[in-house]
Amino acid sequence: MHPALSVIFFTVTSGAGYGLLLLLGSARLSGIAPEISSNQTLFAGIVGLVLVTLGLLSSTLHLANPKNAWRSFARFKTSWLSREAVFAILFYPICLVWLAVVWAVGNSTLSLVLGLFVAVMSIVILVCTAMIYASLKTIRQWNNPLTTVNFILLGLLLGSLILLLMLHQQNIVVSRLIVISVFLISLSALTKIIYFVWIGQPAGPTINTALGFTRATVRILDVGHSSDTFLNKEFGYEVARARLIWLRCLCVLLAFVVPAFLVSGVIGEVGFIHLIAAAFSAYVGVFVERWLFFAEARHVVNLYHGRQQT
Amino acid sequence: MKLGLVIDLDTCVGCHACAVACKQWNTSGTTGPLSDYQPYGEEPSGVWFNRIRHYEVGDYPTNKTINAPMSCMHCDDAACVTVCPTGASYKREEDGIVLVDQSKCMGCNLCSWACPYGARELDEEAGVMKKCTLCVDRIYDENLPEEERKPACVLTCPSHARFFGDFDDPQSEVSSLVRERGGYAMMPELGYQPVNKYLPPRQRPKAPTVAAKQSEDSGGLIAKWLKRQKDAFNQLGEG
Repeated sequence: MHPALSVIFFTVTSGAGYGLLLLLGSARLSGIAPEISSNQTLFAGIVGLVLVTLGLLSSTLHLANPKNAWRSFARFKTSWLSREAVFAILFYPICLVWLAVVWAVGNSTLSLVLGLFVAVMSIVILVCTAMIYASLKTIRQWNNPLTTVNFILLGLLLGSLILLLMLHQQNIVVSRLIVISVFLISLSALTKIIYFVWIGQPAGPTINTALGFTRATVRILDVGHSSDTFLNKEFGYEVARARLIWLRCLCVLLAFVVPAFLVSGVIGEVGFIHLIAAAFSAYVGVFVERWLFFAEARHVVNLYHGRQQT
Repeated sequence: MKLGLVIDLDTCVGCHACAVACKQWNTSGTTGPLSDYQPYGEEPSGVWFNRIRHYEVGDYPTNKTINAPMSCMHCDDAACVTVCPTGASYKREEDGIVLVDQSKCMGCNLCSWACPYGARELDEEAGVMKKCTLCVDRIYDENLPEEERKPACVLTCPSHARFFGDFDDPQSEVSSLVRERGGYAMMPELGYQPVNKYLPPRQRPKAPTVAAKQSEDSGGLIAKWLKRQKDAFNQLGEG
């Protein structure tokens, strides 16, 4: 698949925003940061909303006809993209009411309940975003349960590192959040590496089932067009094997290894420099991960263009 | 009604006339224009509803060239319609034709991602998704003589490899062709139940070669008679 930067930026940045708001919304109850003050919640909440908004704005750059974007709420019943759009819009009033309550009333039972509601909405939106890709049977690299798991975990991972940076700057004890971050890093590294191994096994339709000649070899003679078509440009993207391996290593290094070392205090006592480097490294690493997510995905239409299997 | 096409891979000669006729009709039809990008430039490209690809099936000396024209299969369970967030993509109740409402499409490309057959192409000029309409603006046109109320690709095919009709009617030409010739769907394992069907190449007796002729001539009367019976038996299952 053609890796469109607008969509990559959208899924990574919005994912980080929802991950941040998920952790923040449940921070007092889960004990991530029980003593967080209302002003600190407000600040972190606004940062989360800005991330979410930047991502959503970027997603509209991908549309060829953005003036009809408002129509995307129409097919909530069947389309994951529509569900994502509906929940993303519903999220704003809920999150703003929560932040308003935090600002006006301070830490109360009401803000606690609204915060939980925000956390639940965040995870619902992360699932919807992932399901846009995971529901496509035409792309086996996406059509598996690990897609959703990775979207949620990587959103949470980025959110936790950004929250860690902000809380540390405001002199809040972050030892628990550090444990959670390290746990998220380990878990998401594990699921991502399993994903890389998993998609290495060819499966699904072949050129034979695509054309219905299942008892003989099938080879392409001519694709029937002389220069690139929409189908080639959208689905024909190929990454060289050596570059792929290099990028996978870079992704694992930047998204998981570097942040794990910086946050866990292996390299000196955890300070501002460590945390900002960890968040930046993880963001770049997840960006590479999302680029690979698209670039490694092979649509079955490539079978008609001569690929033997996907 | 379940309207669709049957394409005969036995007789298709791969001339691309169906694609050209399709482009000609539809570029001035209800979903037109089918934009071209630098049509007279170095890399001419554009929107097509119908594309023909050419394959070699089997290995020499039993290989064969197959020309496979592909357009929208008007699937019974059309994933492109399921994933469309705006409601621009829809499948008509009355005849099963899958269409795009150009005024609703936001050009997100998701339907083209969901389609395994490459039937949908984004018109970069118009910013909306375009696809085969089964010539919906032609097959119901009462101003046309009845024999011309067929998709442009079917009418133009010089080798009569394309058939149009109602798959719900077991007596229709398309239904009987599928029945008699073993018509099949492409990539059925994805479960989208494509309506369009393809007819496999007919089995033909092997072309005579010198080596085969010599082996036929050798042996006694009984051996020749046995061989003839064996050949006749082997041909029983071949249409």
